[in-house]
Amino acid sequence: MQNSPALVPLLLLAAAISIPVLAIKKTGVAYLAALAASLGSVVISAYNALRVWESGPLTYHFGGWNPPIGIEYVLDPLSVFVALVVNVVAFIVLCHAGGLKEREIPGKSVPYYALVLLLLCGANGMILTGDLFNLYVFLEIFSLACYGLIGIGEKQAPIASFRYLIMGTVGASFYLLGLGFIYIVTGSLNMADVRNILPHVYGNPAVTTGLALIVIGMGIKMAIFPLHGWLPDAYTYAPSTSSALIAPIGTKVAAYVILRVLFFVFDVKFVSQTLPVTDLIGWLAAIGILFGSVMAMAQNEMKRMLAYSSIAQIGYIGLGIGLANPLGFIGAVLHILNHAFMKGALFLVAANLRKNAGHSDISKLDASYRKKLPWSMAAFTLAALSMIGLPPTAGFFSKWYLALGAIDKGNWVFLGVILLSSLLNAVYFFRILEKVYLGTPSAQGAEGAPSPKSNRGEGFVAGEEEYALMIPAVVLSFSLLLLGLLNANIVKGVIQRIIPLGM
Amino acid sequence: MTNPEIYRSLMPFYAVMVSLIAAPLILMSSRQANLREFWTLAASLVKFAVVFLLLPGALAGRIAEFIFWEISPGIALSLKADTLGVFFALIASGLWILTSFYSIGYVRGLNEHKQTRYFASFAVCLSATMGIAFAANLLTFVFFYEILTIATYPLVIHKETKVAIAAGRKYLIYTLTAGVLLIAATAWTYRITGALDFRAGGLFGNTSLSPSIMMVLFLLFLGGVGVKAAVMPLHSWLPAAMAAPTPVSALLHAVAVVKSGVFGVVRVVGFVFGPELMRQFGLNTLLAIFAGATIILASLLAFRQDNLKHRLAYSTVGHLSYIVLGAALLSPASLIGGLLHIANHATMKITLFFCAGALYVKHHKEKISELDGIGRAMPWTMGAFTVGAIGLAGVPPINGFVSKWQLGLGALQAGEILPLAILVLSGLLNAGYFAPIVYRAFLKKPAVPYERGEAPPAMVIPIVVTALLSLLLGLNPDLFFHFYRLAVMVSGSILGGGP
Repeated sequence: MQNSPALVPLLLLAAAISIPVLAIKKTGVAYLAALAASLGSVVISAYNALRVWESGPLTYHFGGWNPPIGIEYVLDPLSVFVALVVNVVAFIVLCHAGGLKEREIPGKSVPYYALVLLLLCGANGMILTGDLFNLYVFLEIFSLACYGLIGIGEKQAPIASFRYLIMGTVGASFYLLGLGFIYIVTGSLNMADVRNILPHVYGNPAVTTGLALIVIGMGIKMAIFPLHGWLPDAYTYAPSTSSALIAPIGTKVAAYVILRVLFFVFDVKFVSQTLPVTDLIGWLAAIGILFGSVMAMAQNEMKRMLAYSSIAQIGYIGLGIGLANPLGFIGAVLHILNHAFMKGALFLVAANLRKNAGHSDISKLDASYRKKLPWSMAAFTLAALSMIGLPPTAGFFSKWYLALGAIDKGNWVFLGVILLSSLLNAVYFFRILEKVYLGTPSAQGAEGAPSPKSNRGEGFVAGEEEYALMIPAVVLSFSLLLLGLLNANIVKGVIQRIIPLGM
Repeated sequence: MTNPEIYRSLMPFYAVMVSLIAAPLILMSSRQANLREFWTLAASLVKFAVVFLLLPGALAGRIAEFIFWEISPGIALSLKADTLGVFFALIASGLWILTSFYSIGYVRGLNEHKQTRYFASFAVCLSATMGIAFAANLLTFVFFYEILTIATYPLVIHKETKVAIAAGRKYLIYTLTAGVLLIAATAWTYRITGALDFRAGGLFGNTSLSPSIMMVLFLLFLGGVGVKAAVMPLHSWLPAAMAAPTPVSALLHAVAVVKSGVFGVVRVVGFVFGPELMRQFGLNTLLAIFAGATIILASLLAFRQDNLKHRLAYSTVGHLSYIVLGAALLSPASLIGGLLHIANHATMKITLFFCAGALYVKHHKEKISELDGIGRAMPWTMGAFTVGAIGLAGVPPINGFVSKWQLGLGALQAGEILPLAILVLSGLLNAGYFAPIVYRAFLKKPAVPYERGEAPPAMVIPIVVTALLSLLLGLNPDLFFHFYRLAVMVSGSILGGGP
């Protein structure tokens, strides 16, 4: 298992390519193959994490070529941790996809699952690689898969996807251009190598330009305010499984890359003082948190609301980056994990609503939905409480570390924003909870909310849910309790081991 | 001052967990009402027994400690049954037993909907209250404080009427805002001191800080705990929350939730800031002003309420500030008086709320103006009501007199006359707004004569028990639970003057 670091992306890539062949006769095979590959990626990344846990950071040289010439994979606590989070959430979402039975992607399941695996391959590659150009390659794989996964959705999806494609391509090009600048100056693409060379050339304007381009490029992918324009439509119109995959994973991977580049390729001092990029990210994130939360309140479509909520929540990560201190870093990394689980759970519940009721329109929700989907709604409630940041859920601790970080830095505005955001979250989540638990069905029914029976062939009895749809949402959301209660172990065992030098 | 002996024990953990384990059992037995109610009663009895077993240790200065695990590097989720904690836990868990019996009578008498949710939420609330009582540090306190906020919400909106939902919103706006203020204050304290463990006399130690920072920090804390303590102007959720069923108002909005707020005030004053810092930065004066103003204003507002529960709610607002005032005066007797009032107000006010609920169940009366002559039809209920009312006005031999006497004494010890005047005036106002109720009930003639008869025994017995308790604790404050000795010990530990 010496080669285990390379196995995750390769396994996913191989599976993605072979799915169309395997599924020639029976399209059902596509889903099973994807599920198996995803499970494999979970197992291998868990194994990788274990290795790093036991023996410290590992590097893997592709094809035996030594860096800086060859491509290097770097497995440190941060990268194995994020990779594990991504793979676990993806696996749970894929389990859920089985319950949807291609409802939203009739006849397209073979290319769909191939794309899903490409997406995961790209994400894993971006996370594990120690090479800036290799990162770009995986970024493109990831992005192209994303465009496909979104575009396959409902009627407006191709337009949303096209918009994302334009912006995403601009972002990727910016990254590439920035990389070019860095390469011209340093003559290297290996992250560790570049890190060693950069201090000698910090005065060079090309470095500054390169950094700015990289941050903007990745900022688009991360959907940091005001570069978020593509996100709401893309999340709303994409098929449920795509939203549930891309929302927890997509933006997080980009956030991870920004963390990696700013703090592990560049120097903390350089990006926070000489050229205060982190300040800029922090302030934009603060605005984004408020903007996203306010916009989320105004939405009537649950997926759209969750999309705006994502913009706000990405702001949490941005804020942590912006603080550029250890507690902010802990908050940001922990929130990558927490938000992946929360948003995953919430999007899965939205998917369950769409499957069972034919819509996820907030204004049409009432108490009958809770009777039909008691467990989904319980999962939604728990995830919502976590979004608001109430103990003992995980969300509370994101808020806690970010608040500590803001106080540590003496940045009272950031502190205010984090706390205010938790109240704004309460407004738009309790709006739904009130309807689901207290809304009187008769008053709503008069408006002609489509009864589930008329919409779907098979009616269901109150209180009965399909396990395949319910369990993944419940698992994601109830893990939030564990993640919250055990967060100190994650912080001490993983995040504190990799606080960037100079923080 | 000798350091109390600390020993590891599972008892505080059991005290918190008993009702938390009961909650899923209650949910699972939703179809068998008797089994479900059995869980509630069993949990309340076991919980009280566990807390009661902690009492001898607390009296002997031995503190039971239970540490879960770290929830943030360097900060553990941990419980410590110190004297103050045991004091509060005894009151809350003891009254939960009575409220459970009463609740069963109440919800069955009214044939309420969603009784399962009701009893389950109640159980979680009590777990959170125990957690608050035994929290060993600020983060643990915040942890359970927020859980209490959320667990109470389903009870506030229980009736699911428009009024109830609006009350629920108001409740959430106030308490969630308070929660984030408390988190900010806690995080900031952690940043300054690097420790969050409650320590009698204050945890800041010798840290020197500018007055403005201390003031802001104190206001953050006050905003955090002041909402649940209903200190004006943060009180208005409490009258609104009267939309909840009466047992909820009785236990949570007269005892557990609001007392968690004043308990928080005592923790902040005595165990976070400490008397020295409070005096040094004039924070106690600030607190006393808020408390004094609340006492008078709330009593005046109580006059205007025709709805019985609303009048009781404003009365609660006023009486909570007695306790806050006691903490703010920082003299031995005032602290003892304030602490005793946590217990005494609890027994008296729960009696009054129980009575209000009995009136509602039996005759569907909510307004004071409709109570003419009801005392003759329900002599036990209204008799108990009278005991509670004169106790709250501070008339001996009911226990309200004891705490008020100590508070007055404390004001003089602190060398202040104004608080004493406020207490006297408030006593008169209390008498003023309770007297008409008793007068109407016993001396006026009803328009239509009532059929003689009480509410179900499950309700009347708790009413009589709490009224008796108020009387007995008035005759001997140290009876059964040693509230007086506990209060003396707490006051001594905070002020450093005694055991």
